[in-house]
Amino acid sequence: MDVLLKVEGISKSFPGVKALEDVDLELRRGEVHGLLGENGAGKTTLMRILTGIYRKDTGRILLEGREVEITDPSVAKSLGIAMIHQELSLFPNLSVAENILFGREPTRPLSPFVDFAAAYAHAREILQMLGDGIDPQMKVGRLSFGDQQKVEIARALSMNAKILIMDEATSGLAVKEIERLFELIRSLKGKGISIIYITHRIDEVFEICDRVTVLRDGRVVGTADVQGISKQEIIRWITGRTIEAFYPKEAALAGEVVLAVEGLSTAGTGSVNLTDIHFRIRKGEILGITGLLGAGKTEVCKALWGMERVVKGKIWIEGKEVRIRTPYEAQLHGLAYVPEDRRTQGLISEMSVAANLTLPKLHELSRMLFFIDGAKEAEVTKRWMEKLRIAARSPRQKVKALSGGNQQKVVIAKWLETKPKVLLVDEPTKGIDVGAKVEVRRLLSQLAQEGMAILLASSDVEEVLSIADVILVLHKGRVTGRFPREEATKDRVMACAMGIEERVTTL
Amino acid sequence: MRFVSRGNAVTTLGRLGEYRELLPFSALLFLIVVSSILSPHFLSATNIRNILAQVSVIAVLSAGETYVILTGGIDLSPGAVLAFSGVVAAGFMKWWGVSGYLAIGIGILVGILCGAVNGLLVTKVRIPSFVATLAMMAVARGGALIWSGGVPISLFPPEFRSIATYFGPFSGLTFLMLAVYIGGQLVLSRTRIGRYIYAIGGNEDAVRYSGVKADLVKLYAFTFSGFCAGLGGVMAAARLDSAYPIAGEGYELDAIASSVLGGVSFVGGIGSLTGTFMGALIMTILGNVLNLLRVPPFYQYVARGTVLAIAAISLSRGVRYAK
Repeated sequence: MDVLLKVEGISKSFPGVKALEDVDLELRRGEVHGLLGENGAGKTTLMRILTGIYRKDTGRILLEGREVEITDPSVAKSLGIAMIHQELSLFPNLSVAENILFGREPTRPLSPFVDFAAAYAHAREILQMLGDGIDPQMKVGRLSFGDQQKVEIARALSMNAKILIMDEATSGLAVKEIERLFELIRSLKGKGISIIYITHRIDEVFEICDRVTVLRDGRVVGTADVQGISKQEIIRWITGRTIEAFYPKEAALAGEVVLAVEGLSTAGTGSVNLTDIHFRIRKGEILGITGLLGAGKTEVCKALWGMERVVKGKIWIEGKEVRIRTPYEAQLHGLAYVPEDRRTQGLISEMSVAANLTLPKLHELSRMLFFIDGAKEAEVTKRWMEKLRIAARSPRQKVKALSGGNQQKVVIAKWLETKPKVLLVDEPTKGIDVGAKVEVRRLLSQLAQEGMAILLASSDVEEVLSIADVILVLHKGRVTGRFPREEATKDRVMACAMGIEERVTTL
Repeated sequence: MRFVSRGNAVTTLGRLGEYRELLPFSALLFLIVVSSILSPHFLSATNIRNILAQVSVIAVLSAGETYVILTGGIDLSPGAVLAFSGVVAAGFMKWWGVSGYLAIGIGILVGILCGAVNGLLVTKVRIPSFVATLAMMAVARGGALIWSGGVPISLFPPEFRSIATYFGPFSGLTFLMLAVYIGGQLVLSRTRIGRYIYAIGGNEDAVRYSGVKADLVKLYAFTFSGFCAGLGGVMAAARLDSAYPIAGEGYELDAIASSVLGGVSFVGGIGSLTGTFMGALIMTILGNVLNLLRVPPFYQYVARGTVLAIAAISLSRGVRYAK
């Protein structure tokens, strides 16, 4: 296989930090090349250099043996390098064809108007190449996340991209959609397109990549054929130490029931309506709720958090029936919710660690006339920073300057400070690096050990299998599986998640 | 790549302003220096007294406006509410013989009610603040014209005018303005409600997810803006010894401009009353010096607009560097 892209000795510094140091990378034609590393290892910087967003300080980039200078994004485009972003960069209010051909809309000679017939035909042609029947006239906002991703890939292909950079391409996808994406990647490979595949999920590397390169602290740790390397070794490369990615929780000392939900049904706001959900969580127990994207995991949390319209069902907390209509009421009843998207729902990124951490309990830190007790606030924040090992310089540092893992710890700390009876956590390890994932899981186990009742909603089946005591599987808003931990296997859980099987053991 | 944030100077809410206030502060100093060179009258005691009296009404409206903008909203109604509160207070005094002090309370109350209606429209009915307050602007202006029959109401009892009398070199209006600013800034930087206001401007969803009653906080911000407009109405009427139903036209734009000049971010969550105060001073001094230099009013509009645009450009640069 010939080499399509060669990166030699690239370095890049930002004020106060060396982001990349002497990085080499080789991408062959028709290869899927995994790029791994913790957040902050330099993956994004390297990709930004390749796509012309940053300029390199030193080093060379060779495309098909010829040295190129990628001075800005349009140069990258014309060289055939395209990035498929983790958060898609599409216009939801425009049609599929308009998105694919954005900025290059076809017109008839001498006509100022877009030739929509030609645009749709062209878009259809490209979409067919991807083997998919997406309607080019459909508004992008109405497509599933997986299909939107395809539109983004189609846009890149329509610009004759030879190199696709995929950043966390599977993070928003359901299992089935991931399968389809992988098929698509394989077919692109067959067409001679090379793919740089950035991911946090090491399993995917073995499934889809040919080779893998690991970055750590801005340097290349190594490049290897996927066949010649083990999962453990990759983890060691990434973290620089051997760690156990999954930290099995010790069995719970089944206490009394803290949260009981009976016949919960919702209508309206979410993408899926919940139907007749039952479960109970005891003191010291972690209930894992899993399922595909859109199965209703988040909706369960939001219903308990007063953010879904509950039409039927009862909720008991410590044996007392409660009605929850707003998050305010929910937290009064002793619930706490670490939401799915920490950036848009969990944090105020322009504000300090302290201000974020104390937001729900600010009234307890206030003296007469609502004045905030600054000293007490700093003290509370410092205590949590130590306890959860939040790597921030001071309580006054803005949260936007923290890594994803540390941000997540701030969100968790802000709720632990309310001393909840039940902690609802929604995708707590999404988009954070391996080391931080382990820490968060260990923390949840430890909290349960100390007697907290935890509801863990996660699409990461292995995560649920490793730390939940009881596993609840949802499919289209209904419970299709309920397993005690000993009986749960990945296959069984997946079968229920896909709605192929139903297995509800009574507990 | 571990970013060392370059915005470290800005770490807490209290300090958030400091950084952004540097620009308006230097602009203000620059303006004062240039003005005193250009016009010998500028630094005279009479002129300074004039400026302080002139700035007070606009500054009070701007304080309320800043609260609303900090939550990520906008209030277009303060100019009209000012006129409405002014004529209502005047009417009570002239037609029903209500005492001057009570009339001051009535005027402020009218403003508070208008502000609360704005707040309820935004939080309960969920109308965008631009539209809700645009409607209030029209209704309040209409209300002022209907109430007064379209003519000014004049000649008030001395208690009412007392707020505009001079105590030594300073007008009572100046003291009222300072009270609003000191109180308002204390609330913003030291209290829960202030923290919530910044938080809502920063990320309203996260505030809701945190179990904080975000709607109450927004309602508070709009009501405060209404209070400021009501107080401004009383102040303007006392100063002129006349309440005009067409008073305050375009004041909402001056209030918005003062906030922007003072470094308040239109996205919400960033800025302070200290900044806005300097913004209001810049607007007023600019008008004052242009008058002293006998620049025709038509050209004054262009000058003000240009200053505003320059402020917006330099502030947006500042934000980019801070990131």
